[in-house]
Amino acid sequence: MSETKQSTQSRLAPGTPLCAGCGGLQAVQQLYRILGERTVVVNAAGCMTLLAIYPFTPFAGSWLYTAMACAPAGAQGVRDALDIQLAKGRISAEEDLSTVVLTGDGAAYGMGLSATSAAIDRGLDFLYLCYDNEGYGNTGHQYSPATPRAAHTATSRVAGFAGTKKDLFAIWAAHRPAYVATAIAAEPQDLARKVKRAAALRGPRLLIVLAPCPTGWGFEPALTVKVGQLAVETGIWPLKEYVDGRIVHNKIPRERQPLADYLRLQGRFAHLFEPQRDERRLAELQQAVDDYWREIAGNTRPSP
Amino acid sequence: MTRILLTGNAAAAWGARLAAVDYVPAFPITPQTEIIETLAEWIDGGVMDSRLVTLESEHSMLTAAGAAAVTGVRVFTATSSQGLLYGMEMLYNLAGWRAPLVLVNVSRGLSAPITLEPDHNDVLAARDSGFLQIHCATCQEVLDNVLLAYRLAEDSRVRLPVIVNLDGFYLSFTREPVEIPDPVAVADFLPPFADLGQHFRGGQPSSQAVAVLGGGPYSYFRYQVHLAAEQAAAVYADLGRQFERHFGRLYQAVEAYRCDDAELVLVMIGSFATKAKVAVDRLREAGQKVGLVRPLLLRPFPVAELRRLLGQRKGVAVIDQNLSPGRGGILHAELAEALYGLAKGGPLLASFVGGLGGRDIAEEEFLQIVEVLSQAVQRGSAPPPRLLFTADELQQVRRLQDIAHGSREGDDAS
Repeated sequence: MSETKQSTQSRLAPGTPLCAGCGGLQAVQQLYRILGERTVVVNAAGCMTLLAIYPFTPFAGSWLYTAMACAPAGAQGVRDALDIQLAKGRISAEEDLSTVVLTGDGAAYGMGLSATSAAIDRGLDFLYLCYDNEGYGNTGHQYSPATPRAAHTATSRVAGFAGTKKDLFAIWAAHRPAYVATAIAAEPQDLARKVKRAAALRGPRLLIVLAPCPTGWGFEPALTVKVGQLAVETGIWPLKEYVDGRIVHNKIPRERQPLADYLRLQGRFAHLFEPQRDERRLAELQQAVDDYWREIAGNTRPSP
Repeated sequence: MTRILLTGNAAAAWGARLAAVDYVPAFPITPQTEIIETLAEWIDGGVMDSRLVTLESEHSMLTAAGAAAVTGVRVFTATSSQGLLYGMEMLYNLAGWRAPLVLVNVSRGLSAPITLEPDHNDVLAARDSGFLQIHCATCQEVLDNVLLAYRLAEDSRVRLPVIVNLDGFYLSFTREPVEIPDPVAVADFLPPFADLGQHFRGGQPSSQAVAVLGGGPYSYFRYQVHLAAEQAAAVYADLGRQFERHFGRLYQAVEAYRCDDAELVLVMIGSFATKAKVAVDRLREAGQKVGLVRPLLLRPFPVAELRRLLGQRKGVAVIDQNLSPGRGGILHAELAEALYGLAKGGPLLASFVGGLGGRDIAEEEFLQIVEVLSQAVQRGSAPPPRLLFTADELQQVRRLQDIAHGSREGDDAS
């Protein structure tokens, strides 16, 4: 049974103060099982900042909290300091660590975008995990640049968010880093494959993991996996990766489920269904998903 | 030892070079840029075994600087003015991280209106950050105090980041003869970086800068920073004596110039204090008992030395090259607090604000400041605070305003 034995060194310790059913924590769990303790997790202000509260940490490895805008710059300092010490023979290769940035969408899509862009420009050897819960979660879920259209948040309580979700994957990929991928913890094999692939590369490697958020999105914690699976099956969260200059969709839903199946499970979209179905807005949201996949099909299939 | 003409910026770069810094996170800003350009050339040319990385902002620059210092290397960085304020959030963080690095700030007035020339509002905005502050008046002091700052920052009793401050233009771009210490002697004075166990290493997991819950632990760690900063006063005194043994130049927390029998004393920081010295010499020649007191250390604030040096004087004039709108000169307020409660009531204290945005303080103005102070002492009551500004300057501004408003000389005739 040795193949099923897991090192405790690569598991997050239980008892974190994060919300029940946190889709972001699921992803961090899965990531950490692969990367393990020889890491420095460099964190920006967000929900995950509460993972390490003095004197406790769930990580067997190292941790540095920075501030909301600058986790990639913190990773730069750590990476450079390790490289300098390696080059000067002050530490051994066994004492080296890999540098992991961990932030939410608030930092990744907004305040920290400049720092991330510059870290990619510099070719920083790091892995970035953005847990995207589509809002400023730790402050009570106000809308962020990652919030989807029409979603109720603490700052869009009446008509829902009027903007559209920013395409961070495209922005990151436009920098031509070593690797960019989207993923979700509800598709653990896909996530594991991507983390392993990213871990095997050098240079900037960035993952955006959709993080279903029972607290902010308004669903029962038991439904986190279900909501996550529907995000993929309805096609609203495409699983894809950018590597070697190409974008590849990893899981193209042959028959996409109606987007309404995904939206209906979440309190943040309840106003689209109650007191009566808002057919116009539902159709508009479905159309956006359909348009995305039509464009993908056009790009991947040569026209006759 | 070599004595050559160096700008203040080059002197700062020489300090970093002699300190054998491992890492230089950088971002250009006038009037600091020459420092990082000089270091970049030395590093590229193989003269320095160091790594320079240009970040995309001062906020990121300071983050990388702190992160590298707590990973275990000696870090140097530099900025000015808007850059210091852009990174302000991280100044507080780095002090809390106990990141023992040195930041050279080249003072420049803050926007708006935007300007390039110096005053001290930038560095004084960092006053409460937990960074220690050393204020230089000459290019030699800049070089020497970068070396002292590393000893201070890395001392086990202190373990805090240090700002070494010099004035833009007046020092940054002004060449003065500077003695460059012998690298062997520097290596003896400043041993290689010791991380004292604060680092990130495989096999030695550690968490740094983690959150706390509740005011108890928060207060504890903040008090630790304060107590360490207070301890830095005695450490700087000790290091100053060690430095003198190595290099023959003595640095103390406060410089007292011609103060022995002085009845009236000027108090200033930075390069403009050298102008005050000239005025003191002139007044001494005229038989007046006038001196100058110049704090080099602003954090920790050398309260005991200032009380000892100023407590028995008849009058003290603080000339602030900064302005706290609605309050006045910042050092005046700090000094008033430091001198409060002396047994004999202490000296009469007068406040002058001048030198904002690089505005000169002319010798006649120093003489007038002393005259105003002298009359106040005879009268027995402090004069109202004065903002230095001449009728000529007002007239010049009026002319600029006329142009801005679209009227030109001769418009009436046309």
